[in-house]
Amino acid sequence: MEPPHGDDKPHLPSPSIWPVGFAVGIACTLAGLVVSTPAAIVGAAIAIVFGLLWARDAMRAGRTPAVEPEAGKERLAAAVDGEPEEEEVERYPRNKFLELSTLGLGGVITGIVALPVLGFAVLPAFTDQGQPGVDLGPTDNFPEGKWIETTFLLDPTKGEVSRRTAFIRYNGTLDNLPSYTLISNRCVHLGCPVQASGLRDENQKKTIKTNQAEVSQTPILPAGFSCPCHGGAYDTEGNRTAGPPVRALDRYKYSIIDGRLHLIDTYSVAEVEGEGAQAKIQAYGRQGPGEHVDGLEGWLYPVQPQDVE
Amino acid sequence: MEPNTPTPPVPPPSRRKRRMTDKLVALVMIPIDWLEERSGIVGGVKYFLFRKVPSDTNWFHTLGSATLTAFLVQAGTGVILAFYYRPTPDEAYASIRNITNDVTLGWLVRGMHKWGASVFIILLFLHMARVFLFGAYKYPRELNWIVGFTLLVLGMLEGFAGYLLPWDQTAYWATVVGINLNGTGPVMGPFLAQFLRGGNEIGPDTLTIFYSIHMLVLPAAIAALIGLHLYLVVHLGVSSPPWSDEAAGAPRAEEVPRGPGLVQPKARGRVAR
Repeated sequence: MEPPHGDDKPHLPSPSIWPVGFAVGIACTLAGLVVSTPAAIVGAAIAIVFGLLWARDAMRAGRTPAVEPEAGKERLAAAVDGEPEEEEVERYPRNKFLELSTLGLGGVITGIVALPVLGFAVLPAFTDQGQPGVDLGPTDNFPEGKWIETTFLLDPTKGEVSRRTAFIRYNGTLDNLPSYTLISNRCVHLGCPVQASGLRDENQKKTIKTNQAEVSQTPILPAGFSCPCHGGAYDTEGNRTAGPPVRALDRYKYSIIDGRLHLIDTYSVAEVEGEGAQAKIQAYGRQGPGEHVDGLEGWLYPVQPQDVE
Repeated sequence: MEPNTPTPPVPPPSRRKRRMTDKLVALVMIPIDWLEERSGIVGGVKYFLFRKVPSDTNWFHTLGSATLTAFLVQAGTGVILAFYYRPTPDEAYASIRNITNDVTLGWLVRGMHKWGASVFIILLFLHMARVFLFGAYKYPRELNWIVGFTLLVLGMLEGFAGYLLPWDQTAYWATVVGINLNGTGPVMGPFLAQFLRGGNEIGPDTLTIFYSIHMLVLPAAIAALIGLHLYLVVHLGVSSPPWSDEAAGAPRAEEVPRGPGLVQPKARGRVAR
């Protein structure tokens, strides 16, 4: 095939900066209409100047092919022959460019829209998870050496669904500081409610009003705690004695404010050494049921969802 | 009414009658032709419904359609249940009781949804067993096996999410255990559990999250995958049972010239242009 000779190039406007300036001017005008009038005026001026320059360029370019009528004829002949080869070759990169820019812009728009939505779908579960303190009533309600099964609302704003139970025992004082054992009733196998294995004195059940919600206190005589779901069993310090649980029962941190026992936070325990006030406990961060906190299996859970606040 | 005259066994239809029938057919075909000309959808439906299948298919091949029907029942009854269900901790159980005891025929629709859920899963497994035992998962249908397996997983997740919604003791504790079971997965488990709970503790958000997953996320995904599943069934053709005489690797039904061994769908109606 014979390559077309001469400088018979298809008509293309030469690259020009004027359209860019024109666009900037228009954008500036629109922004100015919202933000400040002077900016709008400056923008309009830019748009007009660049627009005129662009128009003048376009006019000049439009006149050029008329100077070479022969070249035009030749191109026409090529088109009639069904070989508008060069034009196709020239059009190809633009197609490619449009294709890529459509995909790219689409991707960017999708990202801009999807990222915040995705964040909203996932992040709330991991933020603002702080546990508000719970007032469990006056310390007089917890006689030394006696177990009191205490139920309370962990977060009164969420209602009855946040009702939790703690087994509480006053251990007397240690170094002149009162010592309490607060064991969570959430089984550390899979989270069922652990029950006291022993008598439960319903007649002595007290319901007290705190400034947040109702707290009920029932004296119990547990020989240990056991779970109805899969038969996990614990002793009175929360250590596993039988069944599938992987560690000792979780405990609550506490403080005493104005003579009232306050529940602060949950922490996980591998094993308790000793009893009552003498118990030695290594506190781990709060972990879900069924997760080992220590030993080799503890490596399976290297990172815990932390409260980002 | 005519008097008792012996009629010939097959009376030739009178010209007048035939003209009437033609007119009627034309009347029916006008909207169908209109639709076909503008969408091609009638041809598509015909292609789907009247495609050729191996002659030795049997009742076991209907398990997939049965599963699809079960899914459609779940979708339909689920939409109606959503009219009356309120996914908040204070109201969920009360609204379920209301549906069961007070709303007219509510007991029926809820019963269909509850038992239909088990039917759906059972049929899924039977269908899967059929495909497995017939070897219908083999080349070139591996992709459809994978899509079907994904549908099984999604269907079971649908059951897990739906189980919480009655918000009674069984539902609550089963979900507690289920979520914590997920939590024991290494490394990512605790994060998955926290996401499902919508926080540290099961609460109002858990219920609405499960509700949304149960009635929006998973049904949409299942419907889309069923579409893909069916497309692949049509594209690849139905497989013969293992005892079939038809040679394996034979070209698909449409490419085989008419002959014995293939069900010949009757030409029906007028094929729209």
